[in-house]
Amino acid sequence: MIEFEGVTKRYSSASGAAVDDFSLVVPRGTTTVLVGSSGCGKTTLLRMVNRMVDPTRGRVLLDGEDVAGRDPVALRRSVGYVMQNSGLLPHRTAAQNVAVVPRLAGRDRAAARSRSLELLELVGLDPELADRYPAQLSGGQQQRVGVARGLAAEGDVLLMDEPFGAVDPVVRGELQHELLRIQRELSRTILFITHDVEEAFLLGEEVVILSRGGHVEQRGTPADVLAAPANEFVAAFVGAHRRDRRLRVDERDGVRLVVDGRDRPLGVLTDEAP
Amino acid sequence: MRWALDNLGLLGQLTIAHARLAIVPVAVALLLALPLGALAHRVPPLRGTLLGLAGLLYTIPSLALFVLLPPMLGIPYLSDLNVIIALTLYALALLVRTVTEALESVPPDAVASARAIGYNGTSIFLAVQLPLAGPVLLAGLRVATVSTVSMVTVGALIGVSSLGSLFTDGLQRRIVPEVLTGVVLTALLALLLDVLLQLAGRVLMPWLRAERAVATA
Repeated sequence: MIEFEGVTKRYSSASGAAVDDFSLVVPRGTTTVLVGSSGCGKTTLLRMVNRMVDPTRGRVLLDGEDVAGRDPVALRRSVGYVMQNSGLLPHRTAAQNVAVVPRLAGRDRAAARSRSLELLELVGLDPELADRYPAQLSGGQQQRVGVARGLAAEGDVLLMDEPFGAVDPVVRGELQHELLRIQRELSRTILFITHDVEEAFLLGEEVVILSRGGHVEQRGTPADVLAAPANEFVAAFVGAHRRDRRLRVDERDGVRLVVDGRDRPLGVLTDEAP
Repeated sequence: MRWALDNLGLLGQLTIAHARLAIVPVAVALLLALPLGALAHRVPPLRGTLLGLAGLLYTIPSLALFVLLPPMLGIPYLSDLNVIIALTLYALALLVRTVTEALESVPPDAVASARAIGYNGTSIFLAVQLPLAGPVLLAGLRVATVSTVSMVTVGALIGVSSLGSLFTDGLQRRIVPEVLTGVVLTALLALLLDVLLQLAGRVLMPWLRAERAVATA
């Protein structure tokens, strides 16, 4: 469980707060997505969890324990972190990049290697690619390795900093569904940040919509947010008025078609549970 | 050629002496340059001062340094140590800048990600920054090595034996083949050390070949 309690961050006394009095609870085993445009403080918030950034005021708790009291290096070794552009070490192979995490945690070489191969398989990387260097992998493959490395941490928390932002839309979709599958298997406590609302709605059990200064405009399930945007900002941000979000049913020959605001058919309405 | 074949024993001795007088200073200078370069990299206000001093050091004529060092340090003029210390200072002057620039060439993303997954300061330096600084470091090390091999010959002017002795001796006794042999062997020694450094780079930095192959594909 991750808890933010009235967290504020000022990078200098002259500038405004990057994050102002932010509170949030991410329950164990769930995915919460912070979504907002650049400058909304989402990366600052994420980095407070593993003490890459320390709050000016307020506390961040991991399973009830204030992270300020923990050694930053030991803390980072136990918290998974996946970043944009994979953040892989260019001089280490895919398998070595993942093995670094158990190695830093004190495992021996053989144990780290086998853990690494196990995780690479879990994220769906072709085992033949395990001994390649990052430069020899595609963007999507690199990102899979990045996710495997994040999962290698022994703690249950996984921080994801726009991990799929730099790959093309098709690969991004694959990676997103891969993450959902992995999360069904592992139930990690995931704090995910993105500027992409579609991604937030797909991955988050709870989404938090942020505006400048880490100000929470609305939080809730994707359905809550879409059904009742708290204000104009949220409505505009999630595109509640967009024609492709306004769906209706159109009956034709007894079949109920779902069409969007431009009358484009999207699918068929059925009563069967998925 | 004939002169060289008649003096193989001497040439062997001088080559070995020369190699030693070049390798020791570069190695010592590298060891000293690593912390100094890291300091210049980590503390930006010091960067200008350190690199400025290094540049200034390099402008002192080598012969002057050979003459000035012994009385300052209390060592004999005719000792290897005199040449080794002087050449260490020159190599250091080159390598402090090299190390600083090499560390600056490391992608900041790699350092940030290493920090995020729990490397501490020392391990980031040794396991991430240093290897990734490798290509620039190697380039600078090659320049320093070749230039040191050539500067060793100046030591012959104050009487410290090296392939440079072939220049002074050949000049005094007017044996042109001796001077030419000295020139060729000095160049060959520089070339040999340069090739060895490149090979070491290839063995120590296997990922570079993978990156190059991708870049040209």
